[in-house]
Amino acid sequence: MANDLKQQIRDFIETSFLFREGRDQLSDDASLLDAGLIDSTGILELVSFIEGTFGVVVEDADIVPENLDSVSRIAAYVESKHVDAPAITAMAV
Amino acid sequence: MRFEEYLRRSAERFPDKTALVAAPRRLSYSQLDDMSDELAQGLIERGVGSGDRVVLFLDNCVEAVVSIFAVLKAGAVFCPVNPSTKADKLAYIINNCRARAVITQQKIAPVAADAVLAAPSVELTVIADGEAAPSTPGFLHWRDVLAVPAFRLLQGAPGIDIDLAMLIYTSGSTGFPKGVMMTHQNVVAAATSITTYLENTSDDIILNVLPIAFDYGLYQVLMAVQVGATLVLEKSFAFPQLILQRAAEEKVTGMPLVPTMAAILIAQRNLAAGALPHLRYITNTAAALPPAHIERLQALFPHVALYSMYGLTECKRCTWLPPAQLKNRITSVGIAIPGTEAYVVGDDGQRVAPGVVGELVIRGAHVMKGYWENPEATAKALRPGPHPWEKVLHTGDLFRADEEGFLYFVGRKDDIIKSRGEKVAPKEVENVIYALPGVSEVAVIGVPDPILGHAIKAVVAKEPGAEIAEVDIVRHCARFLEDYMVPKFVEFRPSLPKTESGKISRRLVAETPGGNASDAAH
Repeated sequence: MANDLKQQIRDFIETSFLFREGRDQLSDDASLLDAGLIDSTGILELVSFIEGTFGVVVEDADIVPENLDSVSRIAAYVESKHVDAPAITAMAV
Repeated sequence: MRFEEYLRRSAERFPDKTALVAAPRRLSYSQLDDMSDELAQGLIERGVGSGDRVVLFLDNCVEAVVSIFAVLKAGAVFCPVNPSTKADKLAYIINNCRARAVITQQKIAPVAADAVLAAPSVELTVIADGEAAPSTPGFLHWRDVLAVPAFRLLQGAPGIDIDLAMLIYTSGSTGFPKGVMMTHQNVVAAATSITTYLENTSDDIILNVLPIAFDYGLYQVLMAVQVGATLVLEKSFAFPQLILQRAAEEKVTGMPLVPTMAAILIAQRNLAAGALPHLRYITNTAAALPPAHIERLQALFPHVALYSMYGLTECKRCTWLPPAQLKNRITSVGIAIPGTEAYVVGDDGQRVAPGVVGELVIRGAHVMKGYWENPEATAKALRPGPHPWEKVLHTGDLFRADEEGFLYFVGRKDDIIKSRGEKVAPKEVENVIYALPGVSEVAVIGVPDPILGHAIKAVVAKEPGAEIAEVDIVRHCARFLEDYMVPKFVEFRPSLPKTESGKISRRLVAETPGGNASDAAH
């Protein structure tokens, strides 16, 4: 499941942000910020994607690099939210 | 006076005071002064001399600030370029100004390498960070360029104040960027005027998230050094919670914003009134803040002076609204900045009466010398003024003044839409739409229409989770605007395209395909 989750996140990032940069590789642990992939409006798109796709509510206080600045971190964050709400996990994944 | 002299003075006055915070690093004024001396010496030893152009292709980092002052101390001209610039455009800029040196950083070094390969003028490329020696042949690492520390150079001035200090490339409506030529005198005049009305002192702690390749961000560096304040430099506003935390930790007193940042800031649901108790002022420029956002900022930061400002790269800043005027003139961008003049002229170049829309013209020591090797564009922007000895800056922006002389931005001269034979300023429609809760960004453009001439189209980005439909926008506009101003088409997009300086670009909105536009008339 974790790999599916990462793949979904990666697909979103690649279609939404990556094509603008003309890059082809993004490691799971690479900082999206340092890679110049995401800016203040990009993060809003990312948050809507997470909320819409995984059925989690992203609190403002959750929008920090620890949760959202790499594919791995986003996946871990989504999983941690799903532990809180297992019914939604079943629905969204 | 040349600008680097302010760094020397601040280093003399406050040698141990923190000049720059770029987490996790902190630099005192004497460190900043010494580091820029060392780099200046290194640049000189490698052939960078008086009047040479040095491109700074760097994000918001310590080395960028050091480089700015090092280039000036070497008598050269710095040319900051946004680090997200792609190789072709970077090469265009380097070739256009025939830069002798480029200073960049590891993560964007491949872009710089591609550009430098196509730029025969470049004799020195410096990588400012990283441990390893640069992999690109001919590139030098920062530490290899620095001269021997403790070597005090440059006791004499490297030039005079009418020398060029910087070249700032600005997006031209024709597609090719133009280099705005600013002398030390221009920069000193602009910075002095702005720090005067912001009442900046050495007690200020200024938070800068704006790219320092953008003149609004760049001037935060320059003005902080000029008054001996502390600059807190951050790279991105992507994580606003992080920035707010940094602002609180560093006890920042000044926070420059652009409208997109303001929109994101006020959308933070956990931000309570009275946050950032040390904050003294917020500034906004690049584009006007929608009145609804101004009111929200005032509610969140009741103890903070909010400055609405307007400017363009060609003179840095044109106008400011004294904060006390906000309550009566919320949509005004104010009056000419201290020591300058700003007035509205008609097509004949003569001043027009209050209330009449015309082009804003600027007089002052902050007005650029022209566009680098571009006499045609220069002649359009700098035209004969009221006196035979001078040229004045034609901004290309439409304004009107009220009876007291306060200025109101109406629209970019060529952005006015004619619909049903009536003139529609996109700005006016946008302001109304911004007042609708849930709207994050909006651009209003004209689309060719066989009956109307141009039909009004609103392209809107919603705040996350906002439930707004096309019909809501149209109904809302119909409530506040004349019929001919109400959009015929509404299109939603996740975000709107912006210029490098962060302004929503109506041109890019019009040029880029979005989702399906719905005909609001149905």
